[in-house]
Amino acid sequence: MKAKRYVFPLVTAGLVFAVFAADNQIGLNALSITGSSFLEMLSVIPPIFILLGLLDVWIPREKIIRHLGEESGIKGIVLSFLLGAAAAGPLYGAFPIAAVFMKKGVKFSNVLIFIGAWSTTKIPMFMFEMGSLGAGFALLRLAINIPGILLMAIILERITGKESIGAICAQAASISE
Amino acid sequence: MYSIVIYFITGLLLVISLIASRKKTLMALKKAWRSFEGILPELIAILLFVGLLIALLNPETISQLLGESSGVLGLLIASAIGSITLIPGFVAFPTAVMLLNNGAGITQIALFISTLMMVGVVTFPVEKKYFGIRLTIMRNVMAFGFSFIVAGLMGVILG
Repeated sequence: MKAKRYVFPLVTAGLVFAVFAADNQIGLNALSITGSSFLEMLSVIPPIFILLGLLDVWIPREKIIRHLGEESGIKGIVLSFLLGAAAAGPLYGAFPIAAVFMKKGVKFSNVLIFIGAWSTTKIPMFMFEMGSLGAGFALLRLAINIPGILLMAIILERITGKESIGAICAQAASISE
Repeated sequence: MYSIVIYFITGLLLVISLIASRKKTLMALKKAWRSFEGILPELIAILLFVGLLIALLNPETISQLLGESSGVLGLLIASAIGSITLIPGFVAFPTAVMLLNNGAGITQIALFISTLMMVGVVTFPVEKKYFGIRLTIMRNVMAFGFSFIVAGLMGVILG
């Protein structure tokens, strides 16, 4: 079962190898791009997972519910935004954290706000965006994204419904055990 | 720089945790490894695939396809590339600047950046592990639609 999970990456590696055989230059380019993505991953993903483990072990459920749970209101929304924005790294790093959040009783729309904020309002990324595309571009994009993220989180929570949310949270809890 | 800060904070917290409880720290590390290993196969495949995809697309062709007057087709291409690929920010923003300098339109670039960050087609297998197929599809479809709103507004205001 465990080995089967690695079929997908092996097939992809075979594909890259085939391209390399057909055209060395494109193959090398592909590998160098993969290399830089891999470095990006290594620069943030391992500590994120360790922080996640520590969070899971040390922070009690009650505390998280108080700040981010059903009754957390505006404070919970702002906090979810800030947590997502303070992050670094690609979006797939946010999913395991979201799973622990769900397990610990974070309000579902706050989980979605966290994901939204992580995807597009990360502070280090924002600095970089300002530097390359200009303050006007970066600030305008941020200004449109903040209400958008909020709205999408609320709509997604509504259309998913209580039952499915319960199932998703149970599933997430079983993964992060 | 940012990654040094993250590594430093993590190391510090790990030491504090270790002093407080050896057993709990080991448990945390075990959980960390298990979550990481859980997405590792998908991650490797995704990184290889995206490298290949980007290497096959060439920047001059893309700039032309995303030009100021490329219209609906340019928008479709920008959103497709942004949605499918997964490019680190430190590569994506300079690429966006290069594309703009080569004649790409601001609406198309805003659409590319927005879908790149919010929509994840190649990361679908990872996302659905945590959120289930239905919600993953809905989140990505909404983010895709929203990216057009973002790009439209930015094109009107900045264009």
